[in-house]
Amino acid sequence: MSNCNQNSGNCGCNKPAEGVSRRSFLRTSAVAVAGVAAMAAALEPLRDLTDYTSMEKFFQKHYREMTPDEMGLVLKRIEKEVEKQYGIRPHVKDYKPMDGVEFVYCLNLTRCIGCRKCVHACAQENNLSRNPEMQYIRVLKMPHGSLNPEEGQHNYSPAQVPEKGFFYMPVACQQCRNSACSKVCPVKATWTESDGITVIDYDWCIGCRYCEAACPYFARRFNWTKPEVPKERLNPNMSYLGNRPRRQGVMEKCHWCIQRTRAGKMPACHDVCPAGARKFGNVLDPNSEVYHILREKRVFIQLKEEVGNNPRFYYYFDV
Amino acid sequence: MIQAAKNYIRFLWRCANLAFVGDWRYYLWTGTLIALCLVGLNAYCKQFVHGLVTTNMSDQVSWGVYISNFTFIVGVAAAAAMLVIPVYIYDNEELHDLVIFGELLAVASILMCLAFVTVDLGRPDRFWHLIPGIGQFNFPHSMLSWDVVVLNGYLVLNVYICGYLLYARYRGLKPTKWFYIPFVFIAIVWAISIHTVTAFLYVGLGGRHFWNSAIVGPRFLASAFTAGPALIILALQVIRKVTAYRITDKALLTLRGIVQVSMLINVFLLLNEVFKEFYSKSKNVSSATYLFFGLEGHHALVPWIWTAVIFNLIAMFLLILPMSRSLKWLDVACVLAIVGIWIEKGMGLVVPGFIPTPLGEIVEYSPSLNETLVCVGIWSFGFLAYTVFLRMSVPILQGRLSKATENTSMHDVVFPEEAQTIGGGSKQTAKA
Repeated sequence: MSNCNQNSGNCGCNKPAEGVSRRSFLRTSAVAVAGVAAMAAALEPLRDLTDYTSMEKFFQKHYREMTPDEMGLVLKRIEKEVEKQYGIRPHVKDYKPMDGVEFVYCLNLTRCIGCRKCVHACAQENNLSRNPEMQYIRVLKMPHGSLNPEEGQHNYSPAQVPEKGFFYMPVACQQCRNSACSKVCPVKATWTESDGITVIDYDWCIGCRYCEAACPYFARRFNWTKPEVPKERLNPNMSYLGNRPRRQGVMEKCHWCIQRTRAGKMPACHDVCPAGARKFGNVLDPNSEVYHILREKRVFIQLKEEVGNNPRFYYYFDV
Repeated sequence: MIQAAKNYIRFLWRCANLAFVGDWRYYLWTGTLIALCLVGLNAYCKQFVHGLVTTNMSDQVSWGVYISNFTFIVGVAAAAAMLVIPVYIYDNEELHDLVIFGELLAVASILMCLAFVTVDLGRPDRFWHLIPGIGQFNFPHSMLSWDVVVLNGYLVLNVYICGYLLYARYRGLKPTKWFYIPFVFIAIVWAISIHTVTAFLYVGLGGRHFWNSAIVGPRFLASAFTAGPALIILALQVIRKVTAYRITDKALLTLRGIVQVSMLINVFLLLNEVFKEFYSKSKNVSSATYLFFGLEGHHALVPWIWTAVIFNLIAMFLLILPMSRSLKWLDVACVLAIVGIWIEKGMGLVVPGFIPTPLGEIVEYSPSLNETLVCVGIWSFGFLAYTVFLRMSVPILQGRLSKATENTSMHDVVFPEEAQTIGGGSKQTAKA
C-alpha cells in the first residue's frame, strides 16, 4: 500500500504538501467547535432541572436494608424537604406492621351506591397529585348480572346515583397474597408486608412500570411528571411507605392508609363511605367484622380469581 | 505482558482513528446520524427534566414505542445466531467471514436495546439498583432481571468473540480455537435465550391475556429469525457496495433460505394464534379484536396491523417464488419483512396488550413527537455504531489494517483503490 497513486490529489500519505497540515488543523478545530456547540444545544433542556437528586438520595439504601438510625435520618430529611416545599412541618413516621395482624377488606356490592366519596377521601388522606389528577380507587358502574369488569363503565356522571339497573364496584389495590407486581419488580422495590399490605419504597423504584403491566386490577399508578398537591390540602400526618409526597418517575398505589391502619384507625375510604359498604379489619381476630363476613356470608368473591393472585380484598352481597 | 498491553492499546487506538476517516459519503452519512442522535438526545433531555409526561403513555397504556422498539431489536440481535449456526455447525464456508458482520450487528443492536430500556425508565438515576451485588436484584423471580443478565451477557459474548477474531486477524495470527469456539456455541444458545426471555417478559403476566399465551415465545423466535437475517442481507449488500469487501451472491442466497423458512413458520404461527383467539370467541379476545378490527369505535392500530399482515404475506410469497433469487426482488422481500415484523412485534404486540385495560377501559396510544424523536435518536445511534464497527472491521478483515501495516496512514487504509490500481490488486474494487 505504500506506493500510493500520486495522481490523486487528496491522498494524505507520505509527504503532505505544505499548508495541508494547517488547513486540516483549522478544519478539525471548526468541526470540534461545531460539535461542542451542537452538544450544548442538545443538552440545553437540562437547564430547567431542579432538585433532581443529591448524594444522600442517590446512595440511600433499600427500605429493608436501613438501620433504625439510618431510617431516622431519612425521615428527618423528608420532613425538611416537605417543609421547604410546602411550608408545613409534617410528621413523617415509619409505621411497622403489628404482630398478629393480617388485614382484609370486604366490600358489600349490595350497598355501594357509586358516589365516589371514597375516591376523594383517599386523594385527601394520601396526598395524591391533584395536577395531574391521580386516583387510587376506580369505581365501575356495572350492569346487573355481570362481574366482568369489561362490562363496566368508568366515566359515569349522572345527576344522582345509584341508577336503576346498575350496581357499583370500586376497585383499588387488592393486596394480593400472590402479588404479580412484587414478583416482576426487577429491584424488589415493592413487596408484601407481614400484615398483608403490599408497599412500595418510592425511593428505590426505578420507574420501569413492569408492575403496572403485571397488575390484573389496574391498581398501580405512575408519576408521569412531578405530582402537585396544593399546600392547603396537604395531609401532614405521613408515613415512609404510605402517603408522604412522591417524586416524578416512581410508582404508587393504594396501601390501605398505612399511616392510619397501623395506628389502629380505619382507612379513609372506609370512614367516609355513606352506605356502610366497606368493612376493614384483622382477619386473624375472631371478633372482627371481616372475620364474621368471611365466615358467615354464603357468597363472597375475589375479583379475577382465575388469574390466581389471591387477593385480600373480597366483594360480597347481602344474601 | 506490558508489550502485549501496548500492542492492544495501539490496536484500539488505530481502530478509533479509523472511525474519523472516509470519503464525503461517509462524512455525510455519519454527520447526518450524529445530527439525528443529538436531536434525540435533546428530546431525551426534555423527558429527563419533565418526566415521561412528554410521551403519550398513560397508566392505561404504560409501555409504548420504547419497549416496542426494544422488543423488535432484541430479535435483530438474536438473529446473529442465524449466521453463526450455518458456519460453525454446518461448516458453511461461504458465510464464514460474514459471521463477524452478523455479530457486530448484534453488538450494535444490544446497545440500542439498552438505550431503549434506559429511556423508558422513570428514574434512570437509580439504574444502580439493578446491578447485582450492589443493588437489590430480584433474580430469579423477575423476568426483567433475567433480561438484564441475558442482554448484558450477550453483549459481552459478542464483543469478546468479535474482538478476539479481529485482533487475531490484525496480528496476523491464526485464532486459537479454544479461545473462541466454546464461546461461539454459548453465544448460539444465548442468542435464543435473549429472545425467549424477552418473550417471557410478556408471557409471564397472567393478568394480560393477549400476552399470556405459550405461542408468544416461538413466534418471537420465528419473527426474529426472519427480520434479523433480512436486515443482514441488506447490510451485506451495502457493505459490498461501499467497501471493497467481497461478498458472494451465494452467501446472500444462503441467508435467503433462512429467511424463507423462518417467514413460513412465522406466518404459520400467526395463523395459529389468530385461529385460537377468534374461533373460540372467549371473553379474552378483546385485545386481539382491538388490534385487528377495532373495539367500540377505537381502531388506531387496525391500519398498522393490516399493513404488517399484507407486508408479511407479500414478503412470504416473494421469498417462496424463484424470482427472489434475483437480488432486486430479494431486497424488496427483505424490506417488506422487516417493516412488517417491526410493526407486528413492536406496536402490534406491546400496545394491544394494554387495550382494553384489565378493568375494561379503552384508552388508545400513539407516540408523541418527543417520544418519536428519542426513538429516531436511538436508531441513528445504532446505525452510527454499526457504521463505525464496519469502518474498523472491514480493513482488518481485508488485511489492510494490521500490525504489519502499522506505519501506513489511516487514509491509505481506508482508500486502497488508488494503490490497488497500480498494484493490479486481485480484489474487486468498489463501485463509486
